[in-house]
Amino acid sequence: MNLGQAIIEALESLNSNKLRSSLTILGIVIGVGAVIAMLAVGNGAQNTITGSISGIGSNLLFVMSGNSNQELTNIEPLTMDDANAMLDQFQAPSVEDVAPVVNGEVTVTSGSESTATFVYGVTTSYESVRNYHVTEGSFITEDQVLGKASVVLLGPDVAKALFDRTEGLVGETVRIEGQPFKVIGVLESKGGSAFVSQDDVVIVPITTSQARLTRRSNDRIDLIFVQSISADALSQASEEIAQILRTRHRTKVGEDDFTILSQQDFVETAKTITNVMTIFLGGIAGISLLVGGIGIMNIMLVSVTERTREIGLRKALGARKKDIMIQFLTESSLLSLFGGVIGIGLGWLISFIVGRIALSSGTPLNPVVGLDAILLATIFSTAVGLFFGLYPANRAANLEPVEALRYE
Amino acid sequence: MENDLIPVIQTHDLRKIYKIGEVEVHALAGVSITINRGEVVAIMGPSGSGKSTLMNLLGCLDRPTSGRYILDGEEVSELDDDQLAGIRNRKVGFVFQSFNLLSRSTALANVELPMRYAGVSKERVQRAAAALKSVGLADRMNHKPTELSGGQQQRVAIARALVNHPAILMADEPTGNLDSKSGKEIMDLLLSLNKESGTTLIIVTHDPTIAAQTQRIIHLKDGLVEEDIK
Ligand SMILES: Nc1ncnc2c1ncn2[C@@H]1O[C@H](COP(=O)(O)OP(=O)(O)O)[C@@H](O)[C@H]1O
Ligand SMILES: [Mg+2]
Repeated sequence: MNLGQAIIEALESLNSNKLRSSLTILGIVIGVGAVIAMLAVGNGAQNTITGSISGIGSNLLFVMSGNSNQELTNIEPLTMDDANAMLDQFQAPSVEDVAPVVNGEVTVTSGSESTATFVYGVTTSYESVRNYHVTEGSFITEDQVLGKASVVLLGPDVAKALFDRTEGLVGETVRIEGQPFKVIGVLESKGGSAFVSQDDVVIVPITTSQARLTRRSNDRIDLIFVQSISADALSQASEEIAQILRTRHRTKVGEDDFTILSQQDFVETAKTITNVMTIFLGGIAGISLLVGGIGIMNIMLVSVTERTREIGLRKALGARKKDIMIQFLTESSLLSLFGGVIGIGLGWLISFIVGRIALSSGTPLNPVVGLDAILLATIFSTAVGLFFGLYPANRAANLEPVEALRYE
Repeated sequence: MENDLIPVIQTHDLRKIYKIGEVEVHALAGVSITINRGEVVAIMGPSGSGKSTLMNLLGCLDRPTSGRYILDGEEVSELDDDQLAGIRNRKVGFVFQSFNLLSRSTALANVELPMRYAGVSKERVQRAAAALKSVGLADRMNHKPTELSGGQQQRVAIARALVNHPAILMADEPTGNLDSKSGKEIMDLLLSLNKESGTTLIIVTHDPTIAAQTQRIIHLKDGLVEEDIK
């Protein structure tokens, strides 16, 4: 008996018991739907996170003090002089610009309103390196850095928290840790993200921060953003600044007391995390697919018992074991294939709804139902049907014709 | 008939022993018979005498515990399951007391079934239709079993049994579930098909009037041939 006929017969048989077939399919529908939705949401989350990392700026390196790879005793902190040394045209030709930063957590108040936020002490180059724009006012100037001016740029989230608006704030005074600062501008929104909010910040001159907010000894800084001249020059730039820091900190070979990460490194880390999440969630969803498969096995066993006489008759008419096997495997595979196809639709619907809910709650999450997920679900659900159909089909194939024909 | 003396069934000391725990039941205790091509044979005997067991062995549904069985020139007592399935498909037609039709399928599809397992695809529908016509059901081909009378259902079963042109046709109480009128029609049909095509016909029956219509009666008792009347 060829496969085409087997499929037609299987369809007739499934069709003759519609309610039972649909209920059996339901288990697979839910399983596949859950897997598809989980993969889609995982993919969407990954895109959102990597997108927000890319939004930090372009061609960026992050230089930090310390090194997680080694047990070092005398770690020299990064200083303003380190940052300035990286601007050397000859030692670091691949470096476009450098933005040193000191940061901390502060409380900002205005009148009775108060909010806890992050403060970034920066130089003028921070604007271009981090790709910040102001919606009103202007960025911090060189004079304000030199003069340790008490001026501040408000991130849009902070502006909303304190004033309920993001316009007409230039000239207002806010208090950071109790000290008065004059507002010189409001930052443009970089868009929200669950990972790092780039809008919930205030920015002040680095010198002011060092002297009055974070109170760092010497001219110690926390972080240096380095922008390379192009994306291709990123690894070259990384090598150049590493060399400069090694010389300045007089470190031994292989004992760097600093860490340089590229945006790509962050993207990779974020991807690893979201992949683990996706696999985890997908795995949980996969269990429901397994349960669906057991449902198929159950129904196929019932069906084999019910049709014992039919199997006996088919054997009497010349059906070989293989023919009976194929008959029942075709039925179970078709059941789960239908379930898989409907499940893909359901999964797509769920991811669409999750995306809508996420959007309305302020997190731009765009679940992606990939072709690979669809292919995987189709193959996997058919395989589930085949696998769980195997035992019942085998049982049917091995019935003794005489016994089966006598079955009441 | 000229082929009267060509043996289609030859058994030598055929035995079937069922073991139930420690007890051995000798359902067949050494049956040696020869049935020639074209013969019409009735198998009779009291309940438990081994009629069904003999039918199952002759129909290749089961293997003997010992003894030899040559069907249409082929030694079949030692074949494996799938080989036996092939023999049943090509050489044996079955008619059961309870018809055993697939209720979901039409008469035509039911008759097609043995050809499916034989791998016939091209002339399948024509052959099935011709078989239904030969049992007088040309106008009922697309009816399902539930839409047919008992006699008509048994006719479909006979068409199905004959469609692969088997060497023997085995009928186990073929009229047992029918009223006397349709029972007689079915017997007449079987006998006329035997005349036309020369298919060997073996009928298990309790009914002496049916047995009287055959050329030979084999009486079984306690798994042995008690009497073989030609
Ligand atoms: N599967 C079986 N297991 C055990 N004993 C069986 C089995 N089939 C038949 N028998 C026994 O074999 C003997 C012959 O049975 P059977 O061929 O069915 O007789 P009949 O058809 O003439 O009534 C009986 O004693 C019956 O109990
Ligand atoms: Mg019997």
